[in-house]
Amino acid sequence: MTKVLTDTRSIRIKGRSFLALVLSPEPPLDAWLTRLDDLASRSAGFFLGRPVVLDVADLEIDRAELKKLIDELGKRNVRIMGIEGGRPSLFEPGMPPAMKGGRPAPDIEIPDGPSIEPVGTASPKATAPDVSAEPQAARGMSSIVIREPVRSGQSVIFPEGDVTVVGSVASGAEIIAGGSVHVYGTLRGRALAGSVGNASARIFCRRLEAELLAIDGVYKTAEDMAPNLRGQAVQLWLEGDSIMAERLN
Amino acid sequence: MAKVIVVTSGKGGVGKTTSTAALGAALAQRNEKTVVVDFDVGLRNLDLVMGAERRVVYDIVNVIQGDAKLPQALIRDKRLDTLFLLPASQTRDKDSLTPEGVEKVMTELKKHFDWIICDSPAGIERGATLAMRHADIAVIVTNPEVSSVRDSDRIIGLLDAKTERAERGERVEKHLLLTRYDQARAERGDMLKVDDVLEILSIPLVGIVPESTDVLKASNLGAPVTLADNRSAPALAYLDAARRIAGETVPMTIPGERRGLLGKLFGRRAA
Ligand SMILES: Nc1ncnc2c1ncn2[C@@H]1O[C@H](COP(=O)(O)OP(=O)(O)O)[C@@H](O)[C@H]1O
Ligand SMILES: [Mg+2]
Repeated sequence: MTKVLTDTRSIRIKGRSFLALVLSPEPPLDAWLTRLDDLASRSAGFFLGRPVVLDVADLEIDRAELKKLIDELGKRNVRIMGIEGGRPSLFEPGMPPAMKGGRPAPDIEIPDGPSIEPVGTASPKATAPDVSAEPQAARGMSSIVIREPVRSGQSVIFPEGDVTVVGSVASGAEIIAGGSVHVYGTLRGRALAGSVGNASARIFCRRLEAELLAIDGVYKTAEDMAPNLRGQAVQLWLEGDSIMAERLN
Repeated sequence: MAKVIVVTSGKGGVGKTTSTAALGAALAQRNEKTVVVDFDVGLRNLDLVMGAERRVVYDIVNVIQGDAKLPQALIRDKRLDTLFLLPASQTRDKDSLTPEGVEKVMTELKKHFDWIICDSPAGIERGATLAMRHADIAVIVTNPEVSSVRDSDRIIGLLDAKTERAERGERVEKHLLLTRYDQARAERGDMLKVDDVLEILSIPLVGIVPESTDVLKASNLGAPVTLADNRSAPALAYLDAARRIAGETVPMTIPGERRGLLGKLFGRRAA
């Protein structure tokens, strides 16, 4: 029996890229998991809601060990969306799919508690913020300048660095920056700074009327914002898990 | 040289069709050949406001599909012989307007008219983007309330992205037309202030049209407000707005307020 096609419109398929965190476990795996737990205890929720890819290219591992590793990560609420660098024989149905063709992106900073030493060894793909250097400059982040108002429905997405808007950001518009967000105008829409995991990113605006503010995944809605900041020139930054704000004059 | 104007807003019911008819008649009264084009396929009502609903034979979709020639579809106004209407189809679905078809119609209209005014459907979908596609000038119709202002902002973004001019790296000239402005409600603080709307949208103001029963009266008569009673408050506002669009400098007044305070509003440019 053949199926008759009554609706002949073609199906639209689009490509889209997402920035994923890449975890590259190192042997011995038990010790690596302990270090991961330590990291998670200092930045709760770091992996929550973020796509994570497991890179096993440099790991001598068999299928049973890989399954166990995925289980262990699952217990820590780290959900793996794909596995990179694995031999075909490693995979079995029900495992996350094999991924290839990933392009490198800037290292992702892990939010670090003030009293704990840097965790440069936690994972080769993650670097702790270097207290002495300016993190963004050190990594050669770029920036873009937008010279006109950002209108409702528009979004500016720039994971590579800072976004500066000379003009206002409308209600219903959004700015998503890997680095800081600077708005020389009224910020009415959403501003998400440090969106690829940069806790030192900041948000600056000449007049705060924002619908939502986020730095490194920590967010504040309009309702959570102190009323005395509304309409003011403000800068916002992250201290631990809270967004701090102060008026600029 | 023909100028194409799109009258647009995003939101419905703000006064686009009323404004298209009123501005069209006002420009035609300057002795410049003007056509108003209804892009609201399926919900046409520009013909009603123009009082031409019983004279519609062919429409824009017929022209696009080759069932009729453009001159057969154009309806000449009975009061002003420089004013024409190209009606929309009531029965076709929205997809019968194609980009190629619209381009063909526009190219032909440009040969015969000084002003081509496109009445946009509501929304930000295909119908609205086709209506703005060939525009040189956009009249953004906005009511002084939050949802209308936000939709207008959205439309302004599309004007900078989806028009032929934008694709050539040029700009569409934008004018804010505040309509249904109610002085009493403004004083009570029930509506956004003119200043606030201008600050949010940051495009120049071309006119403020008061909320008025004269608009309904005119549409019941089947006449553009500027023809029904050219001394009424909305007619005066539209007549001034048309002169500004045509490049004249006319002082701005807020309906119901004395002059003075308003000098600073006029001629305000995008930040
Ligand atoms: N200035 C005004 N004062 C009073 N009523 C108005 C005014 N402008 C428009 N209207 C009314 O609002 C309704 C919607 O207007 P219309 O021009 O059809 O809007 P749109 O084309 O944007 O949907 C109509 O009933 C019209 O008569
Ligand atoms: Mg309409």
